[in-house]
Amino acid sequence: MALPNHTPLNYRIWHYIYLTFCGLVFFFLIAPLFVILPLSFNAEQYIHFSSKMLALDPEGFSLRWYEDMIYGTKNPWGLATKNSLIIAFFATIGSTILGTVAALGLSSRHMPYKAAVMALLISPMIVPLIISGTAIFFFMAKVGLAATHTGIILSHIILGTPFVVITVTATLTGFDHSVTRAAASLGSNPVNTFMKITLPLIMPGVISGALFAFVTSFDEVVVVLFLAGLENTTIPIQMWVGLREQLSPTIMAVATCLIVMSTLILVSAELLRRRSERLRGINR
Amino acid sequence: MSKEQILSSDGIPLEQSLKKAERKNKLKAVLLVAPLFLFLLIIYVFPIGDMLFRSVDDRMITKMLPKTFKAIENWDGQNLPDETVYNGLYEDLKFLKENKTYGKIIARLNYEKSGFSSLIKKTVRKLNKFEEGNYKEQFIKVHKRWGQPEYLVALKNAAPNWSYAKYLKGIDMRFDQDRNIVLVEEDRRIYKILWIRTLNVAFWVTLFCFILAYPISHLLATLPMKYSNLLMICVLLPFWTSLLVRTSSWMVLLQQQGPINDLIVWLGLAADENRPELMYNVIGTFVAMTQILLPFMVLPLYSVMKTISPSLMRAGKSLGGTPLISFLKIYFPLTIPGIGAGCLLVFILAIGYYITPALVGGASGSLISNSIAYHMKSSLDWAFASALGTMLLVGVLAIYWVYNKLVGIDNIKLG
Repeated sequence: MALPNHTPLNYRIWHYIYLTFCGLVFFFLIAPLFVILPLSFNAEQYIHFSSKMLALDPEGFSLRWYEDMIYGTKNPWGLATKNSLIIAFFATIGSTILGTVAALGLSSRHMPYKAAVMALLISPMIVPLIISGTAIFFFMAKVGLAATHTGIILSHIILGTPFVVITVTATLTGFDHSVTRAAASLGSNPVNTFMKITLPLIMPGVISGALFAFVTSFDEVVVVLFLAGLENTTIPIQMWVGLREQLSPTIMAVATCLIVMSTLILVSAELLRRRSERLRGINR
Repeated sequence: MSKEQILSSDGIPLEQSLKKAERKNKLKAVLLVAPLFLFLLIIYVFPIGDMLFRSVDDRMITKMLPKTFKAIENWDGQNLPDETVYNGLYEDLKFLKENKTYGKIIARLNYEKSGFSSLIKKTVRKLNKFEEGNYKEQFIKVHKRWGQPEYLVALKNAAPNWSYAKYLKGIDMRFDQDRNIVLVEEDRRIYKILWIRTLNVAFWVTLFCFILAYPISHLLATLPMKYSNLLMICVLLPFWTSLLVRTSSWMVLLQQQGPINDLIVWLGLAADENRPELMYNVIGTFVAMTQILLPFMVLPLYSVMKTISPSLMRAGKSLGGTPLISFLKIYFPLTIPGIGAGCLLVFILAIGYYITPALVGGASGSLISNSIAYHMKSSLDWAFASALGTMLLVGVLAIYWVYNKLVGIDNIKLG
């Protein structure tokens, strides 16, 4: 953003103020995440930058909190990770299938009451989680699914589908329906056409929706707080419990692992988005 | 009007054949949406309906004191009721005592009128000594309050199956003895404060997010791709990172011995022994929520700004507009759809926020959703939690409706 040479001085000043402001906002967005990384390698028991750490003395750093996270006797992280992965896996599959199929129907121009149905299908994303959690808890308690994995998975499917519906319908807006008609005219049945023609073309949207659904489930606290028993504890629940008691370095270690994971997910989501834009011929 | 019909290849009139194809396509679309629609209906819409139902449902006590309420129905509420009411009460209480379930009605009746707690407890304790017949006299002998009409009026007031008393409680009001709606005592008016605080926080967080997001969205939209992609990571990484991770990083930053306080002390703005409280109050809620919701403002703004051609601003300048005037007259009006989308989205998310205020907000920074959680998990007043939830839901749905009208729900962009 170099300014042309003839720019008057007062515009230059405004321009640099603008750039500085932007820089500060980006710092505000990203810096808090990086506070956690060094603290998770703290050799001491406090959530505090010790003088040894600031002096970059190797003695100030250690992996003890990671050891504690994995091997700590009283730590529930093992069970929590297992539960989180199981729940997120099934919830992702459920939301992806239901959401993709619904998006196919919604994108058809023959769909009646499209706007109203879409508004309903997206609503779990908009309604505050505390309300969804309350309502779903009453329901699950009534049908005997409270404190079960099934109950949590079903509610996470609900929370994940809006993302899949949004991403897949977005992919379908650029979809050329003549290719499916071409397949049909060549004698392919609808299922075959879907599997061989439509699905590969909308795959980037489906996968990015699935990523959203996975993160939503993996990250979700409020509904699980209402539904979970001791057996169903998840990583976010354990973090919630830990944070309510006190900040511990072990939580910093877990948080660091989660940041690494979200970075990986971000990278794959970005790659998918670009691939999808390339496939659909959108050039920006 | 006679017209020669056009026939399709198999001899059916074309119009009919087209209609048939149309119907088939329609059915296909509906069938594709149906599984998710039904799933949502059963596990989501129906439970929310059930929640509304619970918020007005007052049948628990009606089921527990059936005979009393049946007898008290005909009482005019003036002089003491006759023997049948006391007789019903005796039988109901006896039944409840045998099943050891009278605890539930104590809380319910005490809510109607304080003083019922000791009244019921004492009566139940002495119930074994009651003799057949003349219950009215025996009741009044056990506790003189049974002879005071206001307690019996309160009992009669608890009789209807449905009640919107929980909604009144949610706005700091209640029924008095004569069923008039009045404000609760001054020192008990907490929900009005909570609602105002929730709206306040949501409003200011939305405004802060807007002020911070507008310039950076503009920068992202105007920079060359290779730089903007890099900077976009700063927006997307927090967006993808766990909410609890982001909240815990704010807890680290804002704690009394944390880096921000260190900085304040180092700058000499506060003495070391007198570090300001940045967390467990409304400041913590503000700062953390602004950072957490900022990406939801940047993404819609960015996607709108991306579509604005830079030649428009150049045209404005070439026609003699200063940068400020060109901005105000050309660029800003074009970004209004993005502003609307971002502000409504952030406001909707902020108004129902729970986790962050619960962790960094403390008592003075907690919002209405924290109160719902409290009544769900601690006080176990589920009907009241449902009523608060319903009130919040109505507000959110109203904004959602506006959002849908203004932005169109299918225009939500993710990432």
